[in-house]
Order: sequence, then C-alpha cells, then structure tokens
Amino acid sequence: MSVESTKGSPLLTGADLLVQSLIDHGTEILFAYPGGASMPLHQALTRYADQLRTVLPRHEQGGGFAAQGYARSTGRPGVCMATSGPGATNLVTAIADAKLDSIPLVAITGQVKTPVIGTDAFQETPIIEVCRGITKHHYLITDVGDVSRVMREAFHIATTGRPGPVLVDVPKDVQEATWDAADDGLMDLPGYQIEDRRAPDEQIKQVVAAIKLAKRPMLYCGGGIIASGASDLLRQLVDKTGIPVTMTVMGLGAFPHHHPLSLDMLGMHGSVYANRAVRDSDLLIALGVRFDDRVTGKLAEFARHAKIIHIDIDPSELNKNKPAHIPIVSDVKFALNELTRLVEPKTDIEDWVRCCQQSKAEHPFGYDEQFDGILQQHAIAELSKLTNDRKTIVSVGVGQHQMWTAQFFAFNHPRRFLCSSGLGTMGFGLPAAMGAQAAHPDALVVDIDGDGSFQMNVQELATCFCEDLPVKVMLLNNQHLGMVVQWEDRFMAGNRAHTYLGPIHHPEASGQGAGQYASERYPDFVAIAKGYGCGAATVSKKSDLAGALEEMIQYKGPYLLDVEVPYQEHVLPMIPSGQTVDDIITE
Amino acid sequence: MRHILSALVQNVPGVLAHISGMLASRGYNIHSLAVGETDDPQISRMTFVVVGDNTVLEQIRKQLEKVVTVVRVHNISSQDHVDRDLMLLKVSAAAGGQRSEVRELVDIFRARIVDVGPDDVMIEISGRENKLNAFMDRLRPYGILEVVRTGCIAMVRSRSLDSKFTTDDASTD
Repeated sequence: MSVESTKGSPLLTGADLLVQSLIDHGTEILFAYPGGASMPLHQALTRYADQLRTVLPRHEQGGGFAAQGYARSTGRPGVCMATSGPGATNLVTAIADAKLDSIPLVAITGQVKTPVIGTDAFQETPIIEVCRGITKHHYLITDVGDVSRVMREAFHIATTGRPGPVLVDVPKDVQEATWDAADDGLMDLPGYQIEDRRAPDEQIKQVVAAIKLAKRPMLYCGGGIIASGASDLLRQLVDKTGIPVTMTVMGLGAFPHHHPLSLDMLGMHGSVYANRAVRDSDLLIALGVRFDDRVTGKLAEFARHAKIIHIDIDPSELNKNKPAHIPIVSDVKFALNELTRLVEPKTDIEDWVRCCQQSKAEHPFGYDEQFDGILQQHAIAELSKLTNDRKTIVSVGVGQHQMWTAQFFAFNHPRRFLCSSGLGTMGFGLPAAMGAQAAHPDALVVDIDGDGSFQMNVQELATCFCEDLPVKVMLLNNQHLGMVVQWEDRFMAGNRAHTYLGPIHHPEASGQGAGQYASERYPDFVAIAKGYGCGAATVSKKSDLAGALEEMIQYKGPYLLDVEVPYQEHVLPMIPSGQTVDDIITE
Repeated sequence: MRHILSALVQNVPGVLAHISGMLASRGYNIHSLAVGETDDPQISRMTFVVVGDNTVLEQIRKQLEKVVTVVRVHNISSQDHVDRDLMLLKVSAAAGGQRSEVRELVDIFRARIVDVGPDDVMIEISGRENKLNAFMDRLRPYGILEVVRTGCIAMVRSRSLDSKFTTDDASTD
C-alpha cells in the first residue's frame, strides 16, 4: 500500500475497501467459497485475517445458510460470499430463504469484468436480475468509488426496518481497481425512510382501550418480536395483563415455553389449545406476524369473532391477508414498550385464562409413550430434557422432524431455534447449525434433521470437521420423506410417489413395506460421518437413547447420531390446508 | 376501478426492471406505465395506470413504497388532476376524398398531421385515454396502419382552483 492518493491518504483496491468495510460493520466471520471472479476478494481476506475469520463451506448454499445461522442466532447480519455464475446461483436459495424469514444477510458475489458483462462470458450470470424479487435490495457495483457507499447502504438496509437479504455484485475489475481509502462513501437513500416506524400515541391508546374492553384476548406473536429484540417486553406485557400467548414457528422462543400463559405454537401443526383459543378469542393482538396460510388455514374463519390489532414494521403486511381493525405500522419493540407502560392490569379475564389452561391440560402434544422403539417425538423430547440446563441452539431441516421439534423441544429463549420457516428449505439444518456454532463456540449446537433434508447439504460435515465447529446432528432416520409420506397417507390413499429414499427395487418404494421400519437402511450415515472425520453412532433401542444422546453431547468434535425411527408416524395435530380448527385431525 | 399512481424513483440502472418485475411477480394488472426524467436528473417519474379494487390499490402502493429506490408514491386519481396520453397513428389516406375526411376528423379532435406519405398520413394526438380511443374508433374505417401510445401521464391540479369549475374542462380538451 505504498501508493497514495492526491490527498495523501493511501489508495486501496476495491477488494480491500470491501473487506475493510465488512470489518467496520462488525463482521467477525464470513462464509466464502472462492472462484475466478472473486479471487481478489479472497486475497484481500487473507490480508485482514487477524480481524475477520473466513470459513470455507463445501458448497455456496451451505455458506449462505451458515451466514443465516450466524444471523438468526446472534441478531447481527450474516455475510456470505461466492464467485460469479454458478457460485452466485448456488446462493440463490439461501437468499430467497432469508427474504421470506426476514433475516439480515449481506451476500457478496464476484462478477465478470465490466467490459464483458452482457457477452455471455465464462461463468457469467446476471445474478442481480435473478435475485431482484428475492432480495430486499441489490447492487451491481460498476465503479470502485462506490464500494464504500454501497457496503454502508447494504448493511443499513439489511439490518434496519424489516430485515432482509441484500446482494452486492462486484465485477473483478472493480475489485482490482484502486480508490482513496479515506473516502467516506456516505449513504444516499432518499427512498428508504424507516425512522418513522413508531406507533403514534393515539393508536397505542386505541390498543389500550381495546384490551380494556376485551373478555377473551390473545397475543399472536411472530418473528418480528425476535427481530426487534422485544422478548423481554412481551414478557412484561403478559406479566402485567395476564393475556395468553401463542407463537408462530418464527416466534418460538419469543416467549418462554415453560410460562403458564404460553399456549405454544399455533397453525397447521400447532397445538389444539392455541388454535381453539384463537378461534374463541374476542381480541387478537398480532405482533410481528404476517397471517401466513400455514397459520391461518381458511382466512375468513381465522379468529372470526375477534377484533384484530396488527402491529408490524412493514406497512405492506397490514391488511395484506387478513384485514385488521386496528392496523399499526410500528417497530414492535417500540409499540410494546409504550403499550406495557400505558396498559392497565386485566382483572376480568380469569375465566378465559382458566379455560385456555384447562384446554392446554386436556390436549397436550402427545405420542405413544409405550412404543417399543424410538419415536421421533420421544427422541426430541429426550434431547430437550437432557439439554435444558445449558445454552442449546437447535437447527432443523424441513419436514416432520421440523414440526416435531417445534412441538416437543422446549424453547425458552429467543434465537435458539433456527428454522427455515417461510421458504421451507430442506438442507437448512446442518449449515445453519455450523454458522450458529461459529458465532457461539461455547454453546451446544444441535441440528435435528431428517435423512432427506440432511443429505441435501451433507457435504458441510467437512466444514464442521475442518473448521473446528463441533456441531451435533441428531438424525431422525426413517428412510422416507416423512411429511410427504404423511400427506400421501392422509390425502392420496397411501400411494408412494418417490418418497422412499432407498433403492427403488425395495418394497418400500412402492408402499409395500412390512411393518414400522424400512427393512434395509441406506445410506450408511455412520460411515459417511466417519469418512468426514466426525464421531458417529447408530441407536435403535429406546433404552439406549439417553446414553447415546449423552455421548453425542459430550463428544469433543462434530458428531452424528443416526437414530432409527419408524416411517408411519404422523405429525399431529393437523389442520388440513385451507381448513379451520374445527377440522383438526388429532389421531 | 382504474387508478393512476405516480412514483418518484431514483434514476439508477435497473429501477424499471425492478419495479415492473415486482408488479408482475405479485400478479398486479398494469394497464399502462410511462417513465421519464424529472427536472432533477437524479430522479425519474413513473406513472402507472392500474386496475383493481381499493385493497389491490393499497397493496400496490405499499409494495411500490417498499422498493428501496422508490422515493415517493402518490395516488393521483384520488385527487383533482389532469391526465394525458400521447399517440401517433398512421392511417391510410390516399390523396383525394379520403384524405380530406381524415383531415376533418383531425380538426374535430384537435389532433395534428405530422407527416404525409403518398398513401397515408401520420397523426399526432394527445388527450385523455377515452378521447384517444374515440379518435381511433373514428379512424378505423379508413384503415389504421400503425399506432404508438406513451401511456398515461398525470399531474395533480393546483389547490387554488375550485374543483367544481375544472372537472368538465378536463374531458373537453
């Protein structure tokens, strides 16, 4: 860096400026897979290695989800990087996933040099065009003088308002060009005004009045509570008013599971008691939620008797799916703070609360505890029991095991449950756990996975081993795509349509399997894990489970516990798509 | 219901693609879209004509405002406003009888002939959408060869004028 600008400050390359900017924005770890068009960036990363750890995933998608695991477990923006073309397109799923779950993510891609952009050059894809609809915002930097400003804007946009992914595409010649290191690069965002997202007084007073009048109030809480850091305030509001709480999948952990007023999760696989309480409520206070179809079922029937208060930082969520009687654009944390201050204690809802709690006692999440082998629900409940006295972060893939984890693992703190909720991306679990482990070296991080999901990013076992990320995998191995099997059983007369994961000549492939378990097990997950250098074991007997879990927890490095489970178990309760709580299936 | 929305956007590459892509992916029906620079070269204005009920309109407006490069969105049609379309047409009108009939229509609609060929004329006309449609209908029997339209642009009237005296005027021009 001997070259100086006219002002006497040093000249830096675009790549150095970008890496410097990551550090300035508090990035400690990024997940980056190199390639031709991002080599200058990686060279720069080595120059700042003492300030910024670069983790090399084994697939760009794994890097994207690891960055999400970092973001979801810390609340700070996750950063991932890939080269142009296939590197960039491999990030697409992780970016779309971050968009639907409002996760702050800064994704950086290398791009071919500016003179050849648009010529179908080697490893060129128009990644900005590809990602327009799945990012909160996106940039193609064409001038090295814009690097500092764009990075500043990218972090600002990703982390403020409703968080989301921002993509920054950086051509190789921009990475190599030099610019004055002292240039401030101030933000220029005339169209991005989020400072005024605070509920006005009169609206808070309307809410206070509505709560005062309500006889059967309910709090319906989502990821917005966690994103805004409002879990403690939610607790205070409940302590003051005694209003029962239900949570979405994204909201799990926003309110402690063990609290007597927690009605746990609502929605398609939510609790009977939460769904009935919403049905019977006369006031539904929706905080940081979006009335997703997996929550509401048939929209017209959802909370049909309730007055609806909807508070969200994103104005476009209000009245999008379900019209609200009191729609409020606000940071949920600000609104909860005001509300908790002004609301009067409720003394007239004892009957309602008793009714909710009685329902909770009568219809708990359950499974056959007498079952001879290991049921998925039992394995999850057992893991929850064994880990509840220590800081445990749980990630999941997508499918039955995901819903059972939401039902049977006790989440008492925010940012402990990492779940691809909106996009429902299989393969999310292992890389997300990896990112969380990188951010929390002392925590126990467990990926509760299914054998279908796990195989979609199994290569990240290598990252876990090589980067000293001692992630544990509790693999609920039923040899099937369990959730699809469940729908086949319930709605398609059990016709197996490509939902068996073993060889196609096995009887299970055509639904002719005998008994609860697949007759042969494929692949050999223990051998795979050991091949990657991880510890591994299989467990099939119920009496061996606790010991096997204990061994997994105590293991120093990454570890896979292959749990043999039956494939005919269904996630219940279940409200079939587009129906109501009165159609709930409980057996 | 037909609504006119007007958006001020940052004049940066990709902004048109971003906005039209967003509207398409959410399934909104855009009747017309006109884009041009404003007096500030950093800022462009987009005028949308959208069809839908008030719920749809509210969603489109909010989704537009959510786009980072969109600075501001106005619902023009909720206020007293002037809206205009510009259209160029080529109509077959050989010298002689037909051409004078076409000229007569051009005069009645306050349009202008801007180019004359051996067998056709090019006409420029501006006005509200329904006036342009009416003009096109009258010309159809002569044989319309080509039509180009800009899409609607619109501006809110100054508040000093009493709307009672201005609403009729807009349709006559």
